Amino acid sequence: MEWTALLLSRLQFAFTVSFHIIFPSFSIGLAAWLTVLEACHLVTGKPVYRRLFEFWLKIFGVAFGLGVVSGIVLAFEFGMNWSRLSEVTGPIQGPLLTYETFTAFALEASFFGVMIFGRSRVTPLVYLFSTTMVALGTTFSAFWIMVNNSWMQAPVGYAVENGVFVPIDWKAIIFSPVVWVRFPHMLIAAYLTGAFCVAATGAWYRLNSKFAAEALVMLRMGLFLAALLVPVQLFFGHLNGDYVHERQPAKFAAIEGRWHDEQPAGEVLIAIPDEAREQNHFELKIPYLGSLIASMRFNSKEVGLNSFPRQDRPPVLVPFFAFRVMVGCGLLMMALAWLGSIYLLTDRRRGETVLLWGTFLSFPLPFVATLTGWFTAEVGRQPWSVYGALRTADAVTPALTVEAVTVSLIIFVVVYLVIFSFGTLYVYRLLRAGPVESKPVLPLNPKRPLAVAGGSPVRKIVEGSVT
Amino acid sequence: MILFWAGLLAVAMLLYVLLDGFDLGVGILFAFADEPGRRKMLAAISPVWDGNETWLVVTGTVLFGAFPAVYAALLSAFYLPLVLMLCALILRGVAFEFRYKAQTRFRWIWDIGFAGGSLIATFIQGMTVGALVEGLPMKDGHYIGGTFGWFSPFAALCGLGLVLGYSLLGASWLVRKCEGPLRERAYQLLPVLTVGVLAFLVTAFVLAVAMHLSLMDRWFERPYLVLFPLIGAVSAIGLLKAVQRRNDLAPFRFVALIFMAAFGTLACSFWPYMIPFALTVDQAASPKESLAFMFWGAGLFVMPLTLAYTLIVYRLFHGRVTEATYE
Ligand code: HDD
Ligand code: HEM
Ligand code: HEM
Repeated sequence: MEWTALLLSRLQFAFTVSFHIIFPSFSIGLAAWLTVLEACHLVTGKPVYRRLFEFWLKIFGVAFGLGVVSGIVLAFEFGMNWSRLSEVTGPIQGPLLTYETFTAFALEASFFGVMIFGRSRVTPLVYLFSTTMVALGTTFSAFWIMVNNSWMQAPVGYAVENGVFVPIDWKAIIFSPVVWVRFPHMLIAAYLTGAFCVAATGAWYRLNSKFAAEALVMLRMGLFLAALLVPVQLFFGHLNGDYVHERQPAKFAAIEGRWHDEQPAGEVLIAIPDEAREQNHFELKIPYLGSLIASMRFNSKEVGLNSFPRQDRPPVLVPFFAFRVMVGCGLLMMALAWLGSIYLLTDRRRGETVLLWGTFLSFPLPFVATLTGWFTAEVGRQPWSVYGALRTADAVTPALTVEAVTVSLIIFVVVYLVIFSFGTLYVYRLLRAGPVESKPVLPLNPKRPLAVAGGSPVRKIVEGSVT
Repeated sequence: MILFWAGLLAVAMLLYVLLDGFDLGVGILFAFADEPGRRKMLAAISPVWDGNETWLVVTGTVLFGAFPAVYAALLSAFYLPLVLMLCALILRGVAFEFRYKAQTRFRWIWDIGFAGGSLIATFIQGMTVGALVEGLPMKDGHYIGGTFGWFSPFAALCGLGLVLGYSLLGASWLVRKCEGPLRERAYQLLPVLTVGVLAFLVTAFVLAVAMHLSLMDRWFERPYLVLFPLIGAVSAIGLLKAVQRRNDLAPFRFVALIFMAAFGTLACSFWPYMIPFALTVDQAASPKESLAFMFWGAGLFVMPLTLAYTLIVYRLFHGRVTEATYE
């Protein structure tokens, strides 16, 4: 493999966007969870919900802040590394991103302020409303970005004029069926991320016999929600597979590890695909199942990779394994959520420690599933940037040099590692401290999410306790 | 439609320069303050800096949506400087919090991140404008200058000029927001910085004429351009008077006027080009289907909402840092 500016740009985009997605998926989930907590508090009046709210608000602030700074980089990278793509698809991708910026800002920005400031200034109902609006804002953001990416996966509603992609049907773009299976899949992934992080924290406290009341609420809400959502997620995952089967047969073949046309087709559970020899090693395969999964029939014919010219095939290893990791995580989460829920509902004692440890250790699962899901989708889309319409090789900035991208990639890796380590340390300290009774949060800056997590200059000066 | 989006872009950019300008400026001055001063400086901008930076994203995405050719050309032309600017902004952004979280022993790391980040980001922004004024190597609407084609002594000078300019904005913000020794020091700095900025502007102008920059021909074609330097000069006098009278609110307004004058000069001498003599507004604009789609939602409804929100936050935070009303 040659280290071209193209390859380095792909690596850089993969790195920066993977870093970014960690925070949105967490904060979209948390925003929704905070809304639920606030509503519970309003309805029941129990202080435990309030304590939990204040506690998770701090963590939400950190995740949100890191999401913001890492997102700004992405908005620039389109023009910096993928200037050909921006130039020719700008008329479609640009407006979608503009909508993301405007709708997500107007909501998140204004109401996040109230969320941090407003406790003492607005009525509880207005406060709840604001929290809901923040959750809605993050959801809008996810929506527009999924519309955008879905258009790249399955372009519709456009015409090419002088090499430029001109939108001719915005309705078709926004209401594309692909959007409406992928957006829910992504949104639920974010909710599951929130649910498992909350449940894991509950399990951790319980194992340490701390914060008993809060721990129970977190375990219950997290695991019950997950028990409901995981099956729905698997269902949407299946619908995702359907669209890939229909619109991106080469990606589908790569995911399945299917090299030759087969009728009836088997399903490869696990193997080591060999791209050079176009075959699988150590294959474990179930006959007929491949046809059944793909077409709901026992003897359908399914295409294999060698029906496509080599230059139109995606890499096989990444989508193949990433997909299996995602599904594996999904099944594990299902098992945990259901077992855990049954335990909680029946109040059984035996084996509790094992289950608590399992739940505690489960928090990476949704992150891993989200990342590997995106790897499946994005690497499987190659060699196309806009599927079937614009090759990635034609999307990259023509004038970009290997040296320039090498330097930028190194800089990003170093800077991100530094802020990621500190951010993680920061969240860890907050989690370890737990939902201790704190003074009411003082008004801070609405658009300065990081400020929530304690130590803010304004607040310290106001309190006169600067040390 | 094209005019609407060009106008909106100009508004977003101007807002960015004015708003993030003053907090970047405070960040630059931060390097020269003592510990109590530093805390107050942070307090004077922490409520608003993040919202200010939002206008950068707005500028970027509007450019992408409405003028993709310019978005593509500019961002790829300034590849390395932009990478640095983004990282500078990231380090600066996290420093606001991490500084107080870190043990005192490690605080210097975030202090450097904050002051250095502000300085680098500012310098790069100024340099970019300078390179545009001088003229980027472009062919058929594409940048052809290579990795360092944007660099020139003139561009670097403009980078320094903006550092002075933002520091001036920052100092005028501090005068308005702070009390005591910090306010006094800011007052002392104001005339010095004003003279520095004016000297820079004059130097840049003379250099531009001496270098026969094509952009300077505009001054003969469009004599009304002289209006802007006049406004600038009058504001500078007003500024100095206000400093003498210790009128806390006025300096920021006058500095903002100076910036608007400079911005107006550039905008009017670029017009109708977005990248001088390579891409015009019309050439770069998205097809009308795209512009209309954005206009009926984002442009007409959401943008005014965003503006309203910005105003509300500034109202919530008016008053001085140390006053008790500053809850
Ligand atoms: C599924 C969700 C999702 C995905 C796939 C992405 N983002 Fe994102 N992004 C968000 C969800 C999100 C968010 C939840 O809305 C964030 C995180 C924190 C925040 O303030 O908004 C955000 C922040 C955020 C910001 C900062 C906004 C601000 O200043 O407040 C920008 C510029 C972007 N994103 C841009 C992008 C781009 C160009 C992406 C892809 C190439 C991308 N995001 C993928
Ligand atoms: C049986 C279980 C699952 C199946 C069959 C499934 C199926 C799929 C498929 C086929 C894709 C690729 C879509 C494309 O190429 O565009 C995908 C993507 C993705 N999956 Fe899954 N999935 C499952 C479980 C999960 C779980 C549990 C999560 C997260 C908690 C998850 C998160 C994602 C994400 C974030 C993406 C990328 C976004 C997208 O393309 O929609 N998946 N999934
Ligand atoms: C946040 C979750 C996402 C992850 C983890 C992700 C992951 C990746 C990966 C691994 C690549 C490199 C693929 C390769 O070159 O083999 C890539 C490329 C790319 N992705 Fe994504 N992606 C995400 C979301 C998005 C979204 C929402 C968009 C568009 C709106 C997008 C646009 C792109 C572009 C433009 C490239 C580079 C050029 C290309 O391959 O077309 N990505 N991404």
